[in-house]
Amino acid sequence: MNRAIRLIRRRAISSIPVLLIVIVLTFLLLESASGDAVDAYLLSIGGGDATVAQSLRQAYGLDQSMLARLWLYFSSLVTFDLGWSVAFGRPVLDLIFERLPNTLLLMGSATALSFGFGSALGILAGAKPESIRDRVLSTGSLILYAIPSFWLGLVLSIVFAVQLRWLPTSGIETIASGKAGFARALDIAKHLVLPVGALALIYMALFLRVMRSGMAEAWALDFVLFARSKGLSRSRIVLRHVARNALLPLVTMLGLQSAAMLGGSVVIESIFAIPGFGRLAQEAVSGRDAPLLMGIIVVSAVLVICVNLLVDLVYAALDPRVGASEPNT
Amino acid sequence: MTIATLSRRTLLQAGGTLLASTALPTFAIAQGAGNRLIVAADSEPKNLNPAIVASNGVFFSASKVVEPLAEASFDGKDGLAPRLATSWEGSADGKSVTFKLREGVKWHDGKPFTSADVAYSALNIWKPLQNLGRLVFANLEAVDTPDATTAVFKFSKPTPLQLIRNALPVVSSVVPKHLYEGTDIATNPANVKLVGTGPFKLTEYKPGEYYRLTRNADYWGKGEPKLDEIIFRVLPDRAGAGAALEAEEIQLAAFSAVPLTDLARISKVPGIKVISKGYEALTYQLVVEINHRRKELADVKVRQAIAHAIDKKFVVDTIFLGYAAASTGPVPKNAPEFYDASVPTYAFDTAKANALLDEAGYKKGANGTRFSLKLRPAPYFNETKQFGDYLRQALAAVGIDAQLINADSAAHQKAVYTDHDFDLAIGPPVFRGDPAISTTILVRSGIPAGVPFSNQGGYENKELDGIIAKAAETVDTAARTELYKQFQKIVATDLPLINVAEWGFITVARDTVQNVSNNPRWAVSNWSDTALKS
Repeated sequence: MNRAIRLIRRRAISSIPVLLIVIVLTFLLLESASGDAVDAYLLSIGGGDATVAQSLRQAYGLDQSMLARLWLYFSSLVTFDLGWSVAFGRPVLDLIFERLPNTLLLMGSATALSFGFGSALGILAGAKPESIRDRVLSTGSLILYAIPSFWLGLVLSIVFAVQLRWLPTSGIETIASGKAGFARALDIAKHLVLPVGALALIYMALFLRVMRSGMAEAWALDFVLFARSKGLSRSRIVLRHVARNALLPLVTMLGLQSAAMLGGSVVIESIFAIPGFGRLAQEAVSGRDAPLLMGIIVVSAVLVICVNLLVDLVYAALDPRVGASEPNT
Repeated sequence: MTIATLSRRTLLQAGGTLLASTALPTFAIAQGAGNRLIVAADSEPKNLNPAIVASNGVFFSASKVVEPLAEASFDGKDGLAPRLATSWEGSADGKSVTFKLREGVKWHDGKPFTSADVAYSALNIWKPLQNLGRLVFANLEAVDTPDATTAVFKFSKPTPLQLIRNALPVVSSVVPKHLYEGTDIATNPANVKLVGTGPFKLTEYKPGEYYRLTRNADYWGKGEPKLDEIIFRVLPDRAGAGAALEAEEIQLAAFSAVPLTDLARISKVPGIKVISKGYEALTYQLVVEINHRRKELADVKVRQAIAHAIDKKFVVDTIFLGYAAASTGPVPKNAPEFYDASVPTYAFDTAKANALLDEAGYKKGANGTRFSLKLRPAPYFNETKQFGDYLRQALAAVGIDAQLINADSAAHQKAVYTDHDFDLAIGPPVFRGDPAISTTILVRSGIPAGVPFSNQGGYENKELDGIIAKAAETVDTAARTELYKQFQKIVATDLPLINVAEWGFITVARDTVQNVSNNPRWAVSNWSDTALKS
């Protein structure tokens, strides 16, 4: 238990500079992009004269220097104020909390599915490397992994929503349906099948491959030879010895993939018209909405840091070597 | 894969049973859902008030809630159909326009609509705040309200009635004085929670998902609206609208939400119709913007050569798949009141283009090129980007090396209209019913940097400026129209910019939707007579 607390404390401290760097870099990146929020807004309304642009820049605070704006942002950030979105005309925090649950639902289910099925199929493949079953699963996963998620999303949507009409084409729930309670949950689940499927299938392939190669390596190790010579049953060797050791890199992957999944959801959210985080980020960039984009990045960074912390904790539980040798600070 | 299929099936089965068991209370809430029109929307404007933001993105949903004084019409007098105003008349000196207003109209909150609302909207919003109204009502001094149904607009300088008339559908959305007076107009909550006089009330907005418009039972139109509800469903992905139409999740997609390349296929789907009517007053123009600061481009021969190098028929047939028309000049054919066909034209002729360039003194170098240009296509439409690719090839054929620079919207905007960092740019300006609204600004001189969709190419022609200034205060309709014919001739001769094609959008709808596209601004009109056949 002590080990876990030490880990959390260490991570919390080390994540502060990470967040700072992320914020400054995002700010500079958006700053270096040509055009500002006023350009984007005037474009969306089909033009306006020079005085409109001038007064809008003043209202958005864009007439101040870059450093002044960065400083302003940091000083409000320490009070947990993420600022005001210029593109939406609403507080950033409201926007984020409106969209975050949808993305977490999408990402969470996709991660759980891809990890679950990926590792299970990986065990099946890795249980007997180079067998027919392994060849089929490995090739299949390679093909899946090579498919771009937007293409898979579109194809799934055409087949299951447009042609077979089993599932809705897009959205997070049936619009203005007045459904509540369990009926609504079921409705949301129905809407999530395709986007989660599109996202999960691709990442599943990744987990499958990592699991499979980890197991293939483990088979050659001495302790497996020992377990076999001890006369343990094959299934016991596969699950308790080979798979458990191969699981470690998979857990690492899980942490890394949570960040990639956040990025991947941008595409899937657009295709399936899910009002989520990814789509919000895309709108923030095209609207040159610095406060909103930074809010999104900060929250995403916190999210990824948390997931990785969780992964580390799981890692520590799985592998007694982790964190054992850390000094007592 | 197998497991995914299984869960899908079980879900569906379970879903069916559950839905059946909860069907009764659900339908009680979504009453009249059978008469609900669901429409694809691709944007969610932050300010929905059409009196402040006169743009198609806002009008698309807001025009059903907030009405203008008059709407465009195919067969009405002056091309208009009355809405909140029933008649309009200008004085001989052009310094006043009298509007008679409709009687018995109520705001959605029950208060009566009067001339005070019109006066307030005009003086406090259209003139000082609205993107287009600033120009049209620049000389508006006062609005007299002798009684509740009369509004007299007083101008400090003669203002042509023709311009006011043509601008009415776009610039004259009336908002309630009692909700705006004494508040900060720009941040008034009614800019999002609209209150109007229109056939539909805005009853719900779920960000990222939909707008719900509900029937206004007190609407002044007899027996209107015909629909109980309109839902604008946000579908950001272009492929999404087509799929949702086919799956019957939505019934209508306007503004070419279904891409041109999908039209041939989707028009064959039973129960779906493809309509190209209903955008005549919203004509977009494909234009090559020219930076006259470049020495080569300052030579009219070079500009003519570029015009000759473009195969407009190819552009219309291949890029627009036939859903466009070749342009002859700055006024589109859809504006018959002003359009003049007798202007110089530039037939596709590579040999002539080469000859003109030689004549201008830009001989081909050893590598076959005469000079290089920076070409920036606007990223707003697929077609503007594709035309960028085409233009590069067309220019290469006459020995001009164009380097394409693609940027996203905000970056393009800044590069072209503020920084002037372009030699050629491709833009899609809109013709808004009268050349004075957003067309003359494309060639007039003296516009400060930073004004989008304006002459930022440094072009200056005193004669043209004179005509534009004169037309702005010519009250006589015939004389004013004549000035704009001269305007077209000069632009087509001197080529401050090159008009290539003009296009409207495409509506795709289920056959059940009736009275679609029955006016020239249909997508952004009030849809009071739109109905669903069950």
